[in-house]
Amino acid sequence: MIFMYLTEKEEKMLSGEEGYAVRKSMEILVALGDIYGAEQLIKVGSVQVAGVSYHNLGDAGLEFLNELAKDGKVKVLTTLNPAGMDLENWRQLGISEEFAEKQNMVIDAFEKMGILISCTCTPYLIGNLPRYGEHVAWSESSAVTFANSVIGAKTNREGGPSALAAAIVGKTPCYGLHLDENRAPDIHVKVNTRLAKFSDWGALGYSVGKKAENKIPYITGIKDAEVDELKSFCASVVTYGSKPLFYMEGITPGAEKHQPPKDSVTVEDGDIREAYENINDEVADIDFVCVGCPHCSIKEIADVAQLLKGRKVSLNTEFWVATSRFAKQLADKRGYTEVIERAGGKFACDTCMAVAPLKGRFKSVATTSAKGCYYSRQNKMLTKMGSLEECVDAAVTGKWS
Amino acid sequence: MELKGRIISKGKAQEEALATSQPISFYGGVDPNTGEVIEKGHELQGKRVTGKILVFPTGKGSTVGSYTLYRLKKNGAAPAGIINRECETVVAVGAIISEIPCVDKIDISKIETGDLIRIENDVVTLIKK
Repeated sequence: MIFMYLTEKEEKMLSGEEGYAVRKSMEILVALGDIYGAEQLIKVGSVQVAGVSYHNLGDAGLEFLNELAKDGKVKVLTTLNPAGMDLENWRQLGISEEFAEKQNMVIDAFEKMGILISCTCTPYLIGNLPRYGEHVAWSESSAVTFANSVIGAKTNREGGPSALAAAIVGKTPCYGLHLDENRAPDIHVKVNTRLAKFSDWGALGYSVGKKAENKIPYITGIKDAEVDELKSFCASVVTYGSKPLFYMEGITPGAEKHQPPKDSVTVEDGDIREAYENINDEVADIDFVCVGCPHCSIKEIADVAQLLKGRKVSLNTEFWVATSRFAKQLADKRGYTEVIERAGGKFACDTCMAVAPLKGRFKSVATTSAKGCYYSRQNKMLTKMGSLEECVDAAVTGKWS
Repeated sequence: MELKGRIISKGKAQEEALATSQPISFYGGVDPNTGEVIEKGHELQGKRVTGKILVFPTGKGSTVGSYTLYRLKKNGAAPAGIINRECETVVAVGAIISEIPCVDKIDISKIETGDLIRIENDVVTLIKK
């Protein structure tokens, strides 16, 4: 029994007239639509697919993708989340032959379906940029939050298979954050603290996420924000608890349409301090430094090059700049790559600290990212979060000071 | 006793119940090779879901859990069926892609581990142990 309205064409897709991949995808979309009370499917402008790292998929996930790829083709612009390794430079990053072989098979399946092998969590920086108010079906929580909040597009937080299903059908069930009635803010977050350095945005995300658990924050008190700072905040706020949508008065679109909700909380200096205390472990020796969670923009890569110029990464420390291949190509042309690599830094394109198989390789990590710390703990590392300057210093000295 | 629910993933199965009142995270919570529940402190820790009608209130955790269910199925370690009070997306998508019969909107407090359960699309028949 199906509760959602389907057009004649959609009925046929569900019954298998367009093949296996379309039928399976329709089953997924219809089941989700029914669970959440969607009345119909709606067209999406683009899709971002997560669930790319072989580390998470395993052989069974690979088999599922291969089955879909037999006759499945995406109907809309579809980009891909980071994989478990740099697709070109994996050897240098210490990835095993076996892992690389399986990861490449995963990538082949996605490519066969017509998906762009973009392998980044910042699709909006490499050509998948929705317009304000556009319906999309994205997975990857930081990208979802950026799309909903900074761009003002509309998407639920999809999982890997449901995003893929939306790409193959070109539609998604209309529920949740696709409906304006579910996009109203429900908690007012007053920020009464000055954000002094880049990682403070991650700390702010931690604090807002915890205080606005599963709610949509309406944030006031922020005077200015750069896109890279918002990108970092998006990753943090959703990792630590809020819904993948917020409004920031005077900064993000749509805020002017809403009144600050009555229910309110504040973020003071002490909350930012507390965020650092909770995210940071007691550790002095740093054997891994990673910047680029979410993936570095070209501007952030330029900053890294500036800071590393003429210095050397410690022999006891591995330093990764995680970014999209697209941003790396710009960095190559501008000479940033040469500066960073000459100093002993490594580029980790197509992958990141959250999805690469890093468990057991490093004891402690320094990063600019609150989200990166969260996932590194799952990989059993001790964590330090700080500014880009502090992270580069840690890479050069092997110590956190 | 017959209980009527909502089909999430259609199909038939008849097996013993393995029931818990706690939500389950398949990613990180269940070993994809052996079907053993490995989440620390979970009521079912150390039990295997393989071949059982797995009864739990709802799913939780990472969306990668859908692929974990699929891995269980391919490894012959999946539950024979799933019954939820309220199914969420991770389990729903996992059950569909793995073709594991799944029903929700069932009063799971009526079901105990060891009961014999038959799932036939949206109808759950319960024979107390």
